Amino acid sequence: MDPTAAKFLGAGIACIGMGGAGIGVANIFGSYLAAALRNPSAAQGQFGNLIFGFAVTEALGIFSLLIALLLLFAV
Amino acid sequence: MADPIHQFEIVNLVPLGKIGSTELYFTNSALFMIVAVGLTALLMLGATAGRQLVPGRLQSAAEVTYEFVENMIRSSAGEEGMRFFPLVFSLFMFILIANVVGLIPYTFTVTSHIVVTASLALIVFFTVLIYGFWKHGVGFLRLFVPHGVPIYILPFVAMIEVLSFLSRPVSHSVRLFANMLAGHITLKVFASFVGGLGGLGVLGWIGASLPLVLVVALTALELLVAFLQAYVFTLLTCIYLNDALHPGH
Repeated sequence: MDPTAAKFLGAGIACIGMGGAGIGVANIFGSYLAAALRNPSAAQGQFGNLIFGFAVTEALGIFSLLIALLLLFAV
Repeated sequence: MADPIHQFEIVNLVPLGKIGSTELYFTNSALFMIVAVGLTALLMLGATAGRQLVPGRLQSAAEVTYEFVENMIRSSAGEEGMRFFPLVFSLFMFILIANVVGLIPYTFTVTSHIVVTASLALIVFFTVLIYGFWKHGVGFLRLFVPHGVPIYILPFVAMIEVLSFLSRPVSHSVRLFANMLAGHITLKVFASFVGGLGGLGVLGWIGASLPLVLVVALTALELLVAFLQAYVFTLLTCIYLNDALHPGH
């Protein structure tokens, strides 16, 4: 296979990992919304935790994006 | 069709001389960093110039941002975290203003370059590291040894903790950079659809109206992302600083 083609294919495949992060982030916001509707008065206090969980989960998706970017521009 | 990457190009504006074989330039990136700092200074200085007991609009805006950051620090890093208020507040305002200014067409988004966000993330990383060791000495290493873990898996847990600590500046910087980059590329791609379809004649104008509406909606979304990413960056800074202040789990 042409190395350049393999590079682009690899970058594309690496981006599949972001789907997992998508599921995770959706899970966090969905759970937050479900819990917030059950107990709206406690929801405001958990906003920081929500964003922190979102950021930590998103980091894993970012690592796969990083692999894709490294393949495209650094390899 | 216009190149969507073109907006991130660094343009040399004013030559500043040479250091060794490296040529120094005042670039558009530097210009917009100065704009971000200038706008922040203008907001805070303008708001506090004529202080009143009942705040006006500008003073309210300044007070709201101050209290917002203050609450964030107090809730995630505790009372002692307030000694880092200048750092955290500067980071928040700089990133927020840089993100929002970047949304204006024909401007340059400073935070869409990894070198800028990595510098900011490394400032936080080394602040945590140096302050942690300065304050707690070797006790700072308790950060990597969680409390109440069985002794036979403790080495592995400690290794994972060290690894996750070292990957912090990476995810911290790439999050902001990737969000701004991806958002701005999406905007420009949809904007080029408007231009491309609009050039096809009357029927094209009808087709072009759909991406035009989308561009407006995406700009609104990007405004949210601009704020959210500034908030996330600052919140993570507070949480990392909390580790430096209270390393025990």
